[in-house]
Amino acid sequence: MASSSSYNSPCAACKFLRRKCTPGCIFAPYFPPEEPQKFANVHKIFGASNVTKLLNELLPHQREDAVNSLAYEAEARVRDPVYGCVGAISFLQRQVQRLQKELESANADLIRFACNEINPTANLPPPPSITPRPRSSSLGFYQQPPAFPLPYPLPWNDTSDPSGNINDGGEGNM
Amino acid sequence: MISGRCAACKYLRRRCPSDCIFSLYFPPNDPQRFACVHRIYGASNVAKMLQQIPPPLRAEAAETLYFEARCRIEDPVYGCVGVISQLYEQLQSAESELAKTQAEIAVLNCNPQEAPIEANSNFNTLLAPFHSNFLV
Repeated sequence: MASSSSYNSPCAACKFLRRKCTPGCIFAPYFPPEEPQKFANVHKIFGASNVTKLLNELLPHQREDAVNSLAYEAEARVRDPVYGCVGAISFLQRQVQRLQKELESANADLIRFACNEINPTANLPPPPSITPRPRSSSLGFYQQPPAFPLPYPLPWNDTSDPSGNINDGGEGNM
Repeated sequence: MISGRCAACKYLRRRCPSDCIFSLYFPPNDPQRFACVHRIYGASNVAKMLQQIPPPLRAEAAETLYFEARCRIEDPVYGCVGVISQLYEQLQSAESELAKTQAEIAVLNCNPQEAPIEANSNFNTLLAPFHSNFLV
């Protein structure tokens, strides 16, 4: 959190808006002059007065997180005017679903494996169809997850979806 | 044609022109949709955003703007970034679970005779229904 509303340079918001940065400037703690693009994005998408209203409705200790999430959403929307953050949400949802399916499959393999190991000791007669199953080779080795540190960068290019890239307009154009 | 106004023009109390940028995406039967979007972005910002997008993609854009606006109204601090954070956590949890399971399978593949039944909790949890039936 940087404050620049004293006799130092105006905050990024007041610089952008070309106005005097007063000591009580609501933007000053969150839009330091070293990050002009942050406010520029937020202003473009939400507008200064909407941001002021949003911040005024929050407690002071919530405002920094709110500004950072607004800045994140604004940057996402600037990069992808059609989908914004929703592109990332769709991508992540598909990743979660894919992993959950892989997990179900791995768990099923584990159970099958265990059953093959336990069956010789069972008191019950084996079912007629039971035969030693080949070791599953359908499981891919676990791959390292893509590195997506929060909150940047955004996974704009979804190459894992065979049905097409939902983020067609997602190329960074800032 | 006051009765034909879109939700945006009704909300803004103005005439709805024939080329209104909002009319296709904010129908009069869903006033809440425009109210949400207006509250977070403002009508002029939404109009500017829609105008910069090719017409075939504007419906998607309006939909995602509405989604994000709703998220922000429900969670004024984090908005849809909160949803992204939750998904990241779910992703990490699923990846970790998958890695554990695949490691267990790898161990069983290497030592099928020697793998202890109480290897780890995942294994035990999965096999719990079988233990009581098959173990002496």
